[in-house]
Amino acid sequence: MIEFKNIKKAFGDKEVLKGVSGSFKPGKTNLIIGASGTGKSVLLKILVGLVEPDEGEVIYDERNFTKGDKDLRTAVRQDIGMLFQAGALFDSKTVEQNVMFPLDMLKGKAYAEKLDRVNWCLQRVGLEGQNKKMPSELSGGMRKRVALARAIVGDIKYLFVDEPNSGLDPQTSIVVDDLIAEITQELGITTVIVTHDMNSVMGIGDHIIFLFKGHKLWEGNKDQILSTDVPELNDFVFANKLAKSFKKNEDEAA
Amino acid sequence: MFNNMESVRTYFRLFIDEAISIGVGSIIIVAIVSTFIGAVTAVQTAYNIVSPLIEDYIIGNIVRDMTILELAPTITAIVFAGKVGSNIAGQLGTMRITDQIDALEVMGINSVSYLVFPKILASMIMYPMLVILAAFLSLYGGFLAATLSGLSTAQDYIYGIRFGFNEFTITFMLVKSVVFAFLVSSISSYKGYYTQGGALEVGESSTKAVTTSCIAILVADYLLAEIMLN
Repeated sequence: MIEFKNIKKAFGDKEVLKGVSGSFKPGKTNLIIGASGTGKSVLLKILVGLVEPDEGEVIYDERNFTKGDKDLRTAVRQDIGMLFQAGALFDSKTVEQNVMFPLDMLKGKAYAEKLDRVNWCLQRVGLEGQNKKMPSELSGGMRKRVALARAIVGDIKYLFVDEPNSGLDPQTSIVVDDLIAEITQELGITTVIVTHDMNSVMGIGDHIIFLFKGHKLWEGNKDQILSTDVPELNDFVFANKLAKSFKKNEDEAA
Repeated sequence: MFNNMESVRTYFRLFIDEAISIGVGSIIIVAIVSTFIGAVTAVQTAYNIVSPLIEDYIIGNIVRDMTILELAPTITAIVFAGKVGSNIAGQLGTMRITDQIDALEVMGINSVSYLVFPKILASMIMYPMLVILAAFLSLYGGFLAATLSGLSTAQDYIYGIRFGFNEFTITFMLVKSVVFAFLVSSISSYKGYYTQGGALEVGESSTKAVTTSCIAILVADYLLAEIMLN
C-alpha cells in the first residue's frame, strides 16, 4: 500500500498542497482528479520523489520513502514505473533500446533475457515488431504505449501515470486507459493516475481522490462520484454541456 | 555528481559516444577555422613588417608563438563553445522539458552523473587533441599562405617555427585547453540541465551557454597567462 500523510508543498508564496493525506488501494487503479492547478501533478512528483515535500511523508509498504536513506529510496524506486505525460522517450534510442533501458541499468541480466522481456512488454502493449523504430516515427498513442512498456519492463510494484490521455483522440484514450487497467490487474500492481479526463474516471476509476485548491475534498469510486453532494466535485464532474444536460435530466426525473 | 553512480562499463560506453560526438564531430570546423587563422596571421604579420632589417623567418616565428600561446587554444575554444556548448545545452534542455531527465531520476539513475559527467570528461580529453590539431593546421595554413603568396620561402618559414622554441608554451597551451574544455562543458551542462519552460527557453539556454562560456574563456585566458607566464 502507498500512504501519504499531511503533504504540504509551497512554491514561493504559493501553497500548492495544504496538508493532503490518503492512501492508494493495492492492486487497483487509483485516480487523482481535479481541475488544473490544484496540485495533482505536484502530488504525483512528491510520491515518486521528483519533488521533496515541505512537510509530510510518503510510505511504500511500510518503507518511509520521504525520510528513508539513499539505499531505501533506490530500492523503492526500483519498484516504481512511471508513464510521463508526453512519454519522455529517449529520442536518440530505438523503441527496443528505450524499453530495454531500465533493464540495462540492472546488473546480471543477459541480453537474450532482456530482449525476451522487452518483446513481451511490446507485445503486451500491442507494438510487437516495432523494435527498430525511432520515437519520431511513432504516433502519439504509440509513443504512450512504448512508454508504458518501458514503465512495466522492470519487476515493478507501483505504476504512476501522468495524464495518460493528453493529446490523444477519445478512441485512443480509451485504448490506453483499458491497457493500463488490464496491466494493473494482470501484474497485480498498484497504479496511480493523475487525470482530469472524466472518461478515464468513469472507465477505470477503482478508487478516486478529488483535489481542490490543495486539499483532498472527496474520496470514493466511479459508482459513487455521480451521486456526490460535494458542490466543487459536481462542478468538476458535470463541467461540460453534455454532462450538465444529463445531470439536469437526472434531477428532473428524481 | 558522484553519488549513486552506474557501472564503469556504462560510463565507458557513454564516454565513447560523447568523445565521438564532441571530438570527431568538431574536427571539420576546427580544421577550417584554424587553417584560415594561421594563413591570415602569416599574411598580416608580413604586412606589418616594414623594416628591411627584419628577416623573413620572423613570419613563421610569430605565427608559431601566436598559434601556440593564443590562437589554437583560445579561438578554438570560442568555436568549441559555439558548436559543442550550444549542443550540450540544447540537448540537456530538451531532455529537461520533455521529462526525460525526470524519467531517469524515477528509474533511480543519478541523472547528473549519467548525463553530465561523460560530457565533461569527454570534453577534457578530446578538446586538447582538437587544439593540437588546430595548432598543426594553423602553422600549416600560415606556411601555405606565406609560401604561395611569396611572403617567405619554405626554408625561412620552417626556420622561424624552430627558432627560439620554448617547450613550456606547449604545456601552457595544453593546460589552457583542459581548463577551457572544463569551463565550456560544465557551464553548458549547467545551463541546459536547469532549463525551465519550453522550446523558447531551450534556445535561451543554448545562447546563455555560449555567451557565458565565451566570457569565462576570456577571463580564464587572462588569469592563466598571469599565473603561468609571469
